[in-house]
Amino acid sequence: MLETKDILETINMIDNENLDVRTITMGISLLDCMDEDIDKASTKVYDKVCRYAQDLVKTGEDIEKQYGIPIINKRISVSPIGMIAAPCQSKNVVKFAQALDKAALNLGVNFIGGYSALVQKGFSAGDYAVIDSIPEALAETERVCSSVNIGSTKAGLNMDAVKMMGKIVKQTAERTADRDCIGAAKLVVFCNAPEDNPFMAGAFHGTGEADCVINVGVSGPGVVRATLAKHGEGKSMDEIADMIKKTAFKITRMGQLVAKEASKRLCVPFGIVDLSLAPTPAVGDSVAYILEEMGLESCGCHGTTAALALLNDAVKKGGVMASSHVGGLSGAFIPVSEDAGMIAAAERGTLDITKLECMTAVCSVGLDMIVVPGDITPEVISGIIADEAAIGMVNSKTTAVRLIPAIGKKAGDSLNFGGLLGKGPVMPIREGKPDVFINRGGRLPAPLQSLKN
Amino acid sequence: MKAIITVVGKDTVGILAKVSTACADANVNIIEVTQSVLQDMFAMTMMVEIDKSSLELEQLREKLEKVGEETKTKIHVMHEDIFNSMHKI
Repeated sequence: MLETKDILETINMIDNENLDVRTITMGISLLDCMDEDIDKASTKVYDKVCRYAQDLVKTGEDIEKQYGIPIINKRISVSPIGMIAAPCQSKNVVKFAQALDKAALNLGVNFIGGYSALVQKGFSAGDYAVIDSIPEALAETERVCSSVNIGSTKAGLNMDAVKMMGKIVKQTAERTADRDCIGAAKLVVFCNAPEDNPFMAGAFHGTGEADCVINVGVSGPGVVRATLAKHGEGKSMDEIADMIKKTAFKITRMGQLVAKEASKRLCVPFGIVDLSLAPTPAVGDSVAYILEEMGLESCGCHGTTAALALLNDAVKKGGVMASSHVGGLSGAFIPVSEDAGMIAAAERGTLDITKLECMTAVCSVGLDMIVVPGDITPEVISGIIADEAAIGMVNSKTTAVRLIPAIGKKAGDSLNFGGLLGKGPVMPIREGKPDVFINRGGRLPAPLQSLKN
Repeated sequence: MKAIITVVGKDTVGILAKVSTACADANVNIIEVTQSVLQDMFAMTMMVEIDKSSLELEQLREKLEKVGEETKTKIHVMHEDIFNSMHKI
């Protein structure tokens, strides 16, 4: 028989500590949808996505009812459209984004990821057209998410792509300026992008994946914070790490259960569980509060990077035994606008973009959901992307940049996206122009650690 | 298939009777019950067999939540697997 205290602990986690399965994401390969005629290709894309994912939302809801666990999002990731667009001579690749948006609307999923290009070493046919069309695609669709991988530890950094993405991020914000620049919140620039990530906006279905696969992202910053609040007082770092590991284990086991069940019901292979602490703007569901619970007066003060390193590592160690396959981004996310504690710290001025950049060296992703002044130049955005990608490249980890230039606003103002994307104060950026450096173009060579063979 | 019913709240007369009547009405067999009363707080967990239940799990949950409202307690009905996966290795 199960122990009463264990049962009550689980119920309390769900009722009061925001424990949930953040997303069930179905990855669908579109490699068989390629066609020289873009209209035919986009019809094939729409048909395949609708056919494969027709039961996704209902199955998610059924599992939610059976187990009594909230499953917040049901989402879809597809093969990078840069690849699917390769045979099309047409420049009007936005049609793919429209097909994906229509499919997402029809299926009832809130985001569909994969309007992406992988250009870490160079552009192939299709990639350039897709990247160039991102501002239009994200302005004209509601549910499509886009990502571009501009570097990797193996390939180095594609500085031509870095330069291009500075402009694209800025244009994307400008085209959606009337909607709090939300387009830029759906665009991620990666280094070392994982091919099985279920979390948006950076999800896409990698080329080495099966035709269709189910990936699950679990969450639970609120649970970790509550555990530390209840039992953490006076404990040493070893004990804190142990508590986080145990909690991460339980959270991940729940994710594994849901993933297996979804895979069985949809007759689709189970891919991975991504055990990420993904905050939401809900009070209590914050990674910053976990760091503060560890003993920091405010997230962003000295000591924050060390606390985050401990958290990120303990989450992985606890989760890895709980699931047969762990993948995706797995660790702790630090998206500023989606985390009540980060927003508060940014408003207080204790958390700035420089500290966030340090933190990304030890967290699971990167500079995420950061609102910057609207007059930021494309070259400065490229500079931020290059810095962040260099951290990822040298440390063999995923890093990403999701900046939202707040068009027409300056430091001290704020943007409000609503829902899971939250709200964020405009953060000041560093002075000085990196223009000459960014305009050199070419490739930044891969580091020595890429030569592992 | 088994489910776990938990009842937590202020102790009053007839909580157990009302919950078990609701189970019997739905042809849900109670396998095991543990309960404790700490001061005046009542906590009970029940393991029940739901294979022959006349109600879907979701309907049973709604029915028992109503009992919870009547008895001013918080009642949860959850599938056994979730606890097994989280608390057993």
